[in-house]
Amino acid sequence: MVAKVRKNFQQAHWDEPIIYEMSIPGSRGILVPDPGKEIKERIKNPLNVLPTVMQRKDLPRLPELSQKHVLAHYLHLSQETLGSNITNDISEGTCTMKYNPRVNEVLVADPRFSELHPGQDEDTVQGILEIYYKFEQIIKEVSGMDKVTFQPGGGNHAVYTAASLVRAYWAERGKLEERNEVITTIFSHPCDAAAPSTAGFKVITLYPDEQGLPDIEALKKAVSHHTAAIFMTNPEDIGLYNPQVDQFVKLVHDVGGLCFYDQANANAFLGVTRARETGFDMCHFNVHKTFGAPHGSSGPANGAFCCTENLAKYLPSPSVEYDGKKYFLNFDHPDSIGKVREFMGTAGVILRAYAWTIMMGAEGLRETADISVINNNYLMKQLEGTPGLNYCFPDNGLRRQEQVRYTWEQLKEDTGVGTDDVNRRIADYGIEHYWTSHHPWVIPEPMTLEPCETYSVDDIDEYAAVVKQISKEAYETPELVKEAPHKSASHRRNDEAALDDPDKWALTWRAYEKKIKHLK
Amino acid sequence: MSKIVYPYIANSVPEIKERLLKKIGIESSEDIFKEIPEHLRFKGKMNIPGPYLSEYELKRHVEGLLSKNKSCSDYLNFLGGGTWQHYIPAVVDTIAGRDEFLTAYVGDSFADHGKFQALFETASMIGELVDMDVVNTPTYDWANAIAISCRMAARINGRRKVLLVGTISPGRLAVVDNYCKPDLTVELLKYDSETGLVDLNDLKNKVSEDVSAVYFENPSYLGFVEIQGELISKIVHDIGAEVIVGVDPTSLGVLTPPAQYGADIVCGELQPLGIHMQWGGGLSGFIATRDEKKYVAEYPSLMFGITTTIQEGEYGFGEVYYERTSYASRENGKDFIGTTTALYGIAAGVYMALMGPQGMRDLGIGIMQRSQYAMEILSEIKGVKVPLIKSPCFKEFIVNFDDAGKTVTEINRDLLAQNIFGGKDISCEFPVYGNSSLFCITEIHTKDDIKRLAVALDKVINN
Repeated sequence: MVAKVRKNFQQAHWDEPIIYEMSIPGSRGILVPDPGKEIKERIKNPLNVLPTVMQRKDLPRLPELSQKHVLAHYLHLSQETLGSNITNDISEGTCTMKYNPRVNEVLVADPRFSELHPGQDEDTVQGILEIYYKFEQIIKEVSGMDKVTFQPGGGNHAVYTAASLVRAYWAERGKLEERNEVITTIFSHPCDAAAPSTAGFKVITLYPDEQGLPDIEALKKAVSHHTAAIFMTNPEDIGLYNPQVDQFVKLVHDVGGLCFYDQANANAFLGVTRARETGFDMCHFNVHKTFGAPHGSSGPANGAFCCTENLAKYLPSPSVEYDGKKYFLNFDHPDSIGKVREFMGTAGVILRAYAWTIMMGAEGLRETADISVINNNYLMKQLEGTPGLNYCFPDNGLRRQEQVRYTWEQLKEDTGVGTDDVNRRIADYGIEHYWTSHHPWVIPEPMTLEPCETYSVDDIDEYAAVVKQISKEAYETPELVKEAPHKSASHRRNDEAALDDPDKWALTWRAYEKKIKHLK
Repeated sequence: MSKIVYPYIANSVPEIKERLLKKIGIESSEDIFKEIPEHLRFKGKMNIPGPYLSEYELKRHVEGLLSKNKSCSDYLNFLGGGTWQHYIPAVVDTIAGRDEFLTAYVGDSFADHGKFQALFETASMIGELVDMDVVNTPTYDWANAIAISCRMAARINGRRKVLLVGTISPGRLAVVDNYCKPDLTVELLKYDSETGLVDLNDLKNKVSEDVSAVYFENPSYLGFVEIQGELISKIVHDIGAEVIVGVDPTSLGVLTPPAQYGADIVCGELQPLGIHMQWGGGLSGFIATRDEKKYVAEYPSLMFGITTTIQEGEYGFGEVYYERTSYASRENGKDFIGTTTALYGIAAGVYMALMGPQGMRDLGIGIMQRSQYAMEILSEIKGVKVPLIKSPCFKEFIVNFDDAGKTVTEINRDLLAQNIFGGKDISCEFPVYGNSSLFCITEIHTKDDIKRLAVALDKVINN
């Protein structure tokens, strides 16, 4: 079968005005319920209790539109966005853009969940407490760890939680000043460097060996009595599993340090390998990636943070417990780091993830892992021989796992077309922009693809065909690619530097009106 | 490998799997997992409930669990204190439920133009409410926004101490403490227990050259309005520190925007602007400042700016000053950034656009009318003391039960028996106010709801 390439694709392009430009004074989008005669007669001037200085003088300058026009405006904007449920989102490697089931949206919209207040009596929230408790047991199975918190609002927030625990651990021992270094690797997510840094640690970054794996010799030189912990991803963002990972753990443990396992890329290892067997003290999962909850244009998300029993006393408070009859919140954690988010975290993400996980069951999680790595290796095969395209560390003989970091270095040399150009062009075929890599670009002109279990063989064939098509264009008509996108919701920006220029940037409409509009 | 065909796994069809394996040239996934040493492999079978393979079974099972909850739709609710029950327009749910917004992620502004524009517009509308020109993309929550604001201030002036209003909620304080601890000293300001207001003498005693910022709230966690904003700002600015003010934006149709009484950094919570409470999971914070490089350079957040494109007359969007972020600069970036709460930011934008200027005004007035009415009605009950704090309130107020002969725990238990969620018990959080709770009244409450509460309380206390 010839793979479908959507050559005639055209994204919705509404040329949508800014909502302020659509404003018609006096229009109303919705009316607020009236307090009624009795209240209004008794409290005639409620603002009188406020000193004049605290009474707002002018109405806030919000747009004024009828309801239909607000709805239409935002529907237009939604159509000018490519969500992963709509497109072939193999693109956003490291992000695990899997299908987000609609039934889970029905469940979170159920008022028996959506209208729960966090201060309600425990007897009235036994259902959501049970879901939290049971999902914690699930995550314990998947990680092998002893205790889990769902308070962090995303993966990076969970990594910050890990850094907070490391602080608490060394502070309790009176060694925080001595244990002031956290080691990470360059292909670990930037948060594995940034979160420990925010928590006050000096960061040491290891670069890969010639195989592309974290360099164990470099680690041997880095560990010392200053090592507070290592924060590392495995497989790293380039898709290689580090077979010596337990040796890394041992080296750090030997100097007394703690080990945190960033499991943001865990999708292909569900039931295959776990933090526990590898020896780590802590790990985390991106619940919105691995466990089927949506990414929400960048949240709400959830970072399930897990640790071993000996670190559990530092976890954020409260925990969810079960006494055999009743589920309850336990606030009795005197050694806790406190809180990283108010209340119990993004409960909607946990509800969705619980539903996704029990729909799949243990065997389904394992199937997720299997198909993810098969899909990935199939895509690699389909991309073989694409002119200008290679992948990093091609000669190490190691099988890629769930994702691959490709490189367009050759294409750039040959044609002048780089990964940013290809990345804009791919949207002309109805495909979301791909993930290049975090900075710095250790692998030049990067492209990171992750065809997780969601994607069909047709999706993968389509993706490979589009990549090949763009490669061909780059060699034959490079300007076509450099000037892309042509069929997207928006075109290339005129002046990238303007976004870094305090005189030219505008982060709100009012700033735009003051700084830029009058120049036109 | 599994024989089941999973609806969420396209290539779980056995024949397709075989085809893929053949094409790759391997026998099974084990030929890929071979890179994982045997001793690191998980040998057992995970103990996980399910599978609930049919959607019907799954839905029925989860709904069975949800049926064990009683929600604020079932019961009459007076809980606030950081998550508030407001009406959520149907259009907000429609937009927030669109698969495009729901399932997008980090795509650039060409294919994800709408996501950028929607969040830019939200920032623009928040900017109008707080009277500031710069607003970030959402933070995890209000508490996170305070903490980031404090760290921003410390980087701006190089000082290492922040003073926070003494009436801050313990939950919010715990988040700020954890986030500031590595670099900053956090100290609480005294307050006048009669008025709840910042003790200006204590403030004057505590401000010094090492104080980076002072944070207070409007309305406060305990519901009252801090009316000394200008005085506080003057004292703080005189020592060259930053003024940070936290706001509940539902109050900003009627209350003066903080920038007008001296705030340098404004932060707050988006949840009351059209986001379901979700057991506290609906929180989403924001930060706003003046449009000065010294502020913009210190945000850790993604920030979306408007610009032009090669197409004449077309708006484009992009990341402003991206190098600041940890995505670009790892440990050299400002704090850290990650996936936060963008979808809630979009929902809040839809809410503000629907409400418009008059809607926000009506909301604020209606809430204040109802809460003042409720205070009057409740004050008529023997054993109930309200208002306890002699300052104007917005939507929350303290009710004292010292003379009721029952603890708040007992009163709330008895109210629950009448299908009412009573106010939040603050007798442990703020012992200075005795046996008290914090009641929340919003536009969802009718006269009859308030009277029903009064009758129930009277019965609980005086029968």
